[in-house]
Amino acid sequence: MSNIPTELRYAKSHEWIRLEDDGTAYVGISEHAQDAMGDLVYVELPEVGDVFAASDETGVVESVKAASDIYAPVSGEIVAINEALADNPELVNQDCYGDGWLYRIKVTDKFELDELLSADEYSAEIDEEDED
Amino acid sequence: MPYIPHTPDDVQSMLSAIGVASIEDLFDEIPAHLKVAALDKLPDGLSEMEVTARMAARAKQDEGAVCFIGAGAYEHHIPAAVWEIATRGEYYTAYTPYQAEASQGTLQTIYEYQSMIAHLTAMDVSNASVYDGASGLAEAVLMALRANRKSKSYRVLMPTAVHPLYRRAAHDIVSNQGVSIEEVTFCQQRGITAVEALDAYAGEDYAALVIAQPNFFGSLEDVDALTDWAHSNNMLVIAVVNPTSLALLKPPGEWGEKGADIVVGEGQPLGVPLSSGGPYFGFMCCKQQHVRQMPGRIIGRTVDLDGKTGFALTLQAREQHIRRSKATSNICTNQGLAVTAATIYMSLLGADGLESVAGHCHANTNLLADKLCAIAGVKRRFSAVTFHEVVIELPKDASEVLAALAAKNILGGYSLAAGYGMSNAMLVCATEVRTVEEIEQYAAALAEVLA
Repeated sequence: MSNIPTELRYAKSHEWIRLEDDGTAYVGISEHAQDAMGDLVYVELPEVGDVFAASDETGVVESVKAASDIYAPVSGEIVAINEALADNPELVNQDCYGDGWLYRIKVTDKFELDELLSADEYSAEIDEEDED
Repeated sequence: MPYIPHTPDDVQSMLSAIGVASIEDLFDEIPAHLKVAALDKLPDGLSEMEVTARMAARAKQDEGAVCFIGAGAYEHHIPAAVWEIATRGEYYTAYTPYQAEASQGTLQTIYEYQSMIAHLTAMDVSNASVYDGASGLAEAVLMALRANRKSKSYRVLMPTAVHPLYRRAAHDIVSNQGVSIEEVTFCQQRGITAVEALDAYAGEDYAALVIAQPNFFGSLEDVDALTDWAHSNNMLVIAVVNPTSLALLKPPGEWGEKGADIVVGEGQPLGVPLSSGGPYFGFMCCKQQHVRQMPGRIIGRTVDLDGKTGFALTLQAREQHIRRSKATSNICTNQGLAVTAATIYMSLLGADGLESVAGHCHANTNLLADKLCAIAGVKRRFSAVTFHEVVIELPKDASEVLAALAAKNILGGYSLAAGYGMSNAMLVCATEVRTVEEIEQYAAALAEVLA
């Protein structure tokens, strides 16, 4: 069973998002996603200052066998990126909800978070996927 | 792994093993209306004897004349050992030899090739080659657009002193992808791209500047000034270079303060015969920081579980079989045989040998230019220093002169009428294979034609 923290919201494209008190949010990929990718060898992140709409492509995670796009779960401006991933992309595999965060985004519209999936809804999504 | 075709008995026993009546039956899920019937518009096949005769006749068309044409493909001496080794079955018949378990020899050869080219160009990484210099330039343009994240304009600057066919190939490949190529004209007097002419573009958003060294006219550009100008205007530098010249000239990795970002060029001079136009190969190199945007195969060196050195494809997440439509290119192979020959050529000549070839080419072309310009009315068209080609201006139409020379079995040069509207000018080249006698015969013939 995949670890899916209940306090986070999830996109169907397997990103998680955690809203902070200051109106910014951390974004990463779920355990299901990092497990499917295999050992990451490279993470292409957006640049600080980049502005995205929800579901825009914001970067790429790359393993030996695959490369997957990372999508913005909500609209906003990038205020920080996880520089540690440049030399240690495996942090995403080791601690995808903590040290393996990808970027921090200033959320334009908090209500967009309501359109994302809860932990239960995301769990149901990936169960369906596994059945295919 | 040798290739041994199946006999009808082999086929029959395999079909029996899987319980299928015929090979056709294995395709029965394809709807009948989609299957190709007879190809009526194709003529009947020819026998090996007929094909051989036909190809021999074609090859004869290009034989017999003494060649003073460069313009992107150069006649160099190829030591016999090069193709003696390259045509060995292990190299010659290898098909897409990227499977690490079965192709360590080929993979090592390609790795050595990459190492030599990276060293020659003073760049960090080389790929396993692309199809040719011209398409390599197109790939470099697309790569620069991906790599230069500061640029949003989808435009590049392209001097018209770059080979006309390279510019056309680049345009044909990139223009359908929304990329625009803006041309910068050369200084008419010097035959190079003046840095002052670039001032009109300063502060504008272009992803890259292309710099050819030598340029199409054989002239040497001020690569340091051009490189620094591009970098100070947030443009990447794409260098288009001649590999023989790199034995003498400053390599692109050392241009200006920071060096070129992407390097491409035609590898034909390195042991590949003219062959009536191909196959040739394009080399492509870049700085380490851009490697993930570089197309083409890349062979890496690593160790296996027992700690023994081995070679394998690396950084495959750039390529089609993983990235599909987002891959760095639709190219998923390399010019393996040509690259093998080039690697052997470079190994045999070594740095000293390559320098000697380059020096002789430079000297021979200067001798040719001097002899031709001693004829009344004939002169060098541009003032800049040249490597092994020079533009000669004639007192009459160059195409007529070249036709008259061809009738005397001398391929005198390449007319600049089509590419530049310079109808009295021709680009001439004398490599190390041209003798003093041949050069003197050319001068004598030209004097006769112009008399």
